[in-house]
Amino acid sequence: MSAALRFDDVALKRGGRLLFDGLNLELGPGQALQVAGANGSGKSSLIRLAAGLLRAERGRVERAPAALADDNLALDRELPLGRALAFWSDASAEPLAALGIAHLAQVPVRFLSSGQRKRATLARVAASGAPLWLLDEPLNALDDEGVSRLAQLIAAHLRSGGAVVAASHQPIRGEWRKLVLGG
Amino acid sequence: MIGALILRDVRRGFTGAAWLPVAFFLLVATLIPFAIGPDAKLLGRIGPGVLWIAALTAALLPVERLVEPDRADGVLDQLALHGVAEESVAAAKIAAHWLAFGPLLLVAAVPASALLAIDASSLMRALAALAIGTPALAALAVAVAAVTAGLPRAGSLAGLLLLPLAVPLLIFGVADALLLEGAVSVLLTAGAPFVAGAAMRAART
Repeated sequence: MSAALRFDDVALKRGGRLLFDGLNLELGPGQALQVAGANGSGKSSLIRLAAGLLRAERGRVERAPAALADDNLALDRELPLGRALAFWSDASAEPLAALGIAHLAQVPVRFLSSGQRKRATLARVAASGAPLWLLDEPLNALDDEGVSRLAQLIAAHLRSGGAVVAASHQPIRGEWRKLVLGG
Repeated sequence: MIGALILRDVRRGFTGAAWLPVAFFLLVATLIPFAIGPDAKLLGRIGPGVLWIAALTAALLPVERLVEPDRADGVLDQLALHGVAEESVAAAKIAAHWLAFGPLLLVAAVPASALLAIDASSLMRALAALAIGTPALAALAVAVAAVTAGLPRAGSLAGLLLLPLAVPLLIFGVADALLLEGAVSVLLTAGAPFVAGAAMRAART
């Protein structure tokens, strides 16, 4: 099987500032990568670049179909959580249960707390069926229970041949390769 | 995905006060007799033009809700990750915007025509012209919404951009030149998704 994500000599410029240059990266099935680095070092930009939402200044980015969870909720506030997620995927029931928010399926999205919203965006990624997960600060706003549920979800995804890239300051449980930006 | 997006946007259009543009349309039509006076002959002559001015402003009213909320909330990003082209997103938004305001506007044109003393045959012609022209108004509104998404005071800027572009629709619509109206409408409706799509891509940060 080919790589889930490959960066080939990639440079990225944001607002006239070179964030990184000559970045090579290959992530195969079953592998996880933690992107670390100081604030403003380009962690989120790297995630968006991998998602295809930004274009590289130089170099090539190839990836398998991907799902993204970032700070944007992208769920209709007025709908119950279950229906809002159903817009993106038919298979959201299991991930909702895996993240411990199955009981919130009937609650309108606007009433959810920030931790519950974070879980909802992670549930969308898990429901997408995409082999590559791109997580931008997935631990933000999660409590200890949420963190361990996320770790289990990621472990199951890796076991089934998926790949994960997470931009995060804190380490996530499990086996992760680490890439430090701006070092 | 495109069908689901159209359905979603229509639902949001209707829950987000779809009656507001139509109420505005009727309000403009109501104000004119007060401003001009109750001269039925004069009103009947300017009536179709007033309907068009009212339709223009009604199409412009929801322009800030069309693209910007989805850009700010990451919906456009998620659609891109689902492999939906920005142009398709724009086309879906145009269809949904028209469905949310076009048919209602045509219905509202009937009571408005009574207020403006428009006779039955002029009303039929005006309705035909509006039916042909409103999809282009929806297309312009979405294109302008995409171009101005994320800018401060996008609403007023959108008005400045949209109204001049709608002038050909206005001219041919009022002049009963339905073929030319149709030609302009097709041109604008076909071109707008590409403008809006390019704008959505460019607005990504």
